[in-house]
Amino acid sequence: MSSELINLTLRVWRQSGPDSPGQFDNYQLNGVSTHMSFLEMLDVLNEQLIESGQESVAFDHDCREGICGTCSLMINGQAHGPDTATTTCQLHMRRFNDGDTVTIEPWRATAFPIVKDLVVDRSAFDRIISSGGYVSVNTGNAPDGNAIPVAGSQQEVAMDAAACIGCGACVAACKNASAMLFVSAKVSQLAILPQGQQERSERVVSMVSQMDDEGFGSCTNTSECEAACPAEISVSNIARLNREYLRASLCGRD
Amino acid sequence: MVRVASETLNSRVPEGPVDQIWDKHRFNMKLVNPANKRKFSVIVVGTGLAGGSAAASLAELGYEVKSFCFQDSPRRAHSIAAQGGINAAKNYPNDGDSIWRLFYDTVKGGDYRAREANVYRLAQVSNSIIDQCVAQGVPFAREYGGTLANRSFGGAQVSRTFYSRGQTGQQLLLGAYQAMMRQVQLGKVQMYARREMLELIVVEGVARGIIVRNLVTGQLETHTADAVVMCTGGYGNVYYLSTNAKGCNVTAAWRCHKQGAYFANPCYTQIHPTCIPVSGDYQSKLTLMSESLRNDGRVWVPKNAGDSRTPAEIPDEDRDYYLERRYPSFGNLVPRDVASRAAKERCDAGFGVGDTNLAVYLDFRDAIKRDGEDAIRKKYGNLFHMYHKITAEDPYKVPMRIFPAVHYTMGGLWVDYHLMSNLPGLFVLGEANFSDHGANRLGASALMQGLSDGYFVLPYTIGDHLATSQLPTVPEDHPACVAALQSAKGRIDQLLSVQGTRTVDSFHRNLGQIMWDNCGMARDKAGLESAVGQIQELREQFWKNVRVLGNGESFNQSLEKAGRVADFLEFGELLAKDALHREESCGGHFREEHQTDEGEAKRNDEAFNYVAAWEYHGVGEESTLHKEPLSFDNVPPATRSYK
Repeated sequence: MSSELINLTLRVWRQSGPDSPGQFDNYQLNGVSTHMSFLEMLDVLNEQLIESGQESVAFDHDCREGICGTCSLMINGQAHGPDTATTTCQLHMRRFNDGDTVTIEPWRATAFPIVKDLVVDRSAFDRIISSGGYVSVNTGNAPDGNAIPVAGSQQEVAMDAAACIGCGACVAACKNASAMLFVSAKVSQLAILPQGQQERSERVVSMVSQMDDEGFGSCTNTSECEAACPAEISVSNIARLNREYLRASLCGRD
Repeated sequence: MVRVASETLNSRVPEGPVDQIWDKHRFNMKLVNPANKRKFSVIVVGTGLAGGSAAASLAELGYEVKSFCFQDSPRRAHSIAAQGGINAAKNYPNDGDSIWRLFYDTVKGGDYRAREANVYRLAQVSNSIIDQCVAQGVPFAREYGGTLANRSFGGAQVSRTFYSRGQTGQQLLLGAYQAMMRQVQLGKVQMYARREMLELIVVEGVARGIIVRNLVTGQLETHTADAVVMCTGGYGNVYYLSTNAKGCNVTAAWRCHKQGAYFANPCYTQIHPTCIPVSGDYQSKLTLMSESLRNDGRVWVPKNAGDSRTPAEIPDEDRDYYLERRYPSFGNLVPRDVASRAAKERCDAGFGVGDTNLAVYLDFRDAIKRDGEDAIRKKYGNLFHMYHKITAEDPYKVPMRIFPAVHYTMGGLWVDYHLMSNLPGLFVLGEANFSDHGANRLGASALMQGLSDGYFVLPYTIGDHLATSQLPTVPEDHPACVAALQSAKGRIDQLLSVQGTRTVDSFHRNLGQIMWDNCGMARDKAGLESAVGQIQELREQFWKNVRVLGNGESFNQSLEKAGRVADFLEFGELLAKDALHREESCGGHFREEHQTDEGEAKRNDEAFNYVAAWEYHGVGEESTLHKEPLSFDNVPPATRSYK
């Protein structure tokens, strides 16, 4: 694969802190190799900024292989950019053309306040998991692994839901900033598996309640979340969440 | 000449047959009364498999836990990126596995440089880990009938690896994270995210707290406790390019080292054979392709150097399946160090492929023909997808191009059988310690060790420390706390005051190149000596000319990086010196001067059958070498053979 060099205009959201006003700043970046990842392109921008005495653009990233869920970014209005099933760190510059203007913004949601530039605070997700996204089993209490059989097909559906990386793209893509896809993925995983049955009702009620307290919006079934999700979490999980919630409401927390 | 301490280190391994000592020792260790546990506080730094499992388990027992991570959420620790699986001696496939065999394979795989008693304990508790994770709802792969599935990994001839597609680390980490978040809800764990540990607080020789920087506000915070547990991962990023996450660093471990904790075997680094090759000088990290791929992929290069045909056009008779040729009994599933060196050997000899000639093929043609594309997709779909994303090549159609990359570090802070460092009260778990993998780690053993340490070892051994130590209250204005705070602050001010012209990343790349060229897959005396000089020079340059903009009282990613690179610049020198002193080849440490006629690693058990633990005396000062002699009473050392 031969590499091309392209020139880009970057429109980047700059904001010095949560309470400061922000604005778009334009940067011209030339000679970008199409083999670079999107974040490597930002690394190059930051090197140039520092060399010219300007503060680098703050953005979240860590594993750079699509699994940790740290990277975010709205790229030309799309969460994680134009590719499906792809995090920003896996997006490559071959997806862009010479002369393009690329607009880069943070996740925008009341429940994800901006920390600086493109960095947001997603601790609301941690608090939702804290409220019930687990099986209450202390270390040492487990029976033999094979004492809890799980049909292969059931396991596959649970694993599809468990693949959520907690990046928040679903919230960013949703016009209501709803966290239903994130919450439903964890609720589904544990509702499907036999291990999750004991706390099934309590879990869904607590997690939904925490989600509402955090200020996420309501779900209006537009499925933008599914389209944006890098881990391909299906909206069928939201349907399951609704069923689980109804079940818990009707049958009580037994 | 290396300065050697006259006394050897006491590993506190109890006497007795290796298969009985852990059981017996658990009885002999002192317990903390259930009602008294809440009176003890423990700091856990890091929230990966070791840190997450430790924080959850200690809180369940009743201790007051404070947990810290530099990421924005504890769920993002780099354990999450582990792909292939986790070993256990369950013997579900009925193929001859046992605790003894897992123990044997791990000691042999580590090239007889691990501590037998620790490895045996690891094998012993491996089965409980699987049970615990299953109970948490970790979706391990299953057979149609609902029982747990296994696959094979390098260095073993049994199938003992449990997995969740290519995302095993993610699922295990989320299990531990959820267990920990449950304790957050119950008020037993206080979680501090976006905090970076900058100093260890030592009071009268005992580890009693840490200084952290709040990465959002820039504020320095003092936290004290009755014990400090380091679960801060490895130091692979000293090479700049590695499969580690960008944030992985040696700072926390190095700060402990500077406060007196010995650093053991830093030269034992693992270069993983199957990673996506470097594509340009902007490269920021390397991506691993799981070892599990070698179950079905065959590694080859053209028989004729410079063969310019596409891989599909090269017929079998012109392909050199060099692992199958050299190691007929293990074939493509030789351990990582062996596979990496074999790839290097072929590329050095001019047989490499791709634009840079620094790659070999990993080919699924035969497996797809045998099992069908769907079967391969089911096993490795996400890995193939990832490869396709990065290279724009479809591995279902053309072989992957792969090359070795720095992946894991077996060295780490020295710990005894209790996982406690030579500094009382300082415990070190997971990749951050040195104890279980010797000079080379087998695939699917890192997840096992992290969870073993956190779920099933520390909860016992920390009790013994707390029950037997005098631990007077340490107020935040204790002179030791104030001094540690001043030291952290001083270093930040120093970094900001240089105001030079070169970026932090440019220094880091430079250091990485020095390390890779001289302390990589093959090392020799001249190269290592040159590395030491180059690192010293680079460090001097760094402190004269680094440019860190912004201030310390705000969110400042340049400053974070600068602190980490400054520590790598000190640590890299120790790594090179350790490699220089170890005049033998073992596992991931390959000295050109010490090899067999066939190019295999040649150990020197007479002279180097010990753990090398280094004591710090100052930047650029010669460290003192403390030796912990190793004995192999159960797995007699032999020349490792995978032929």
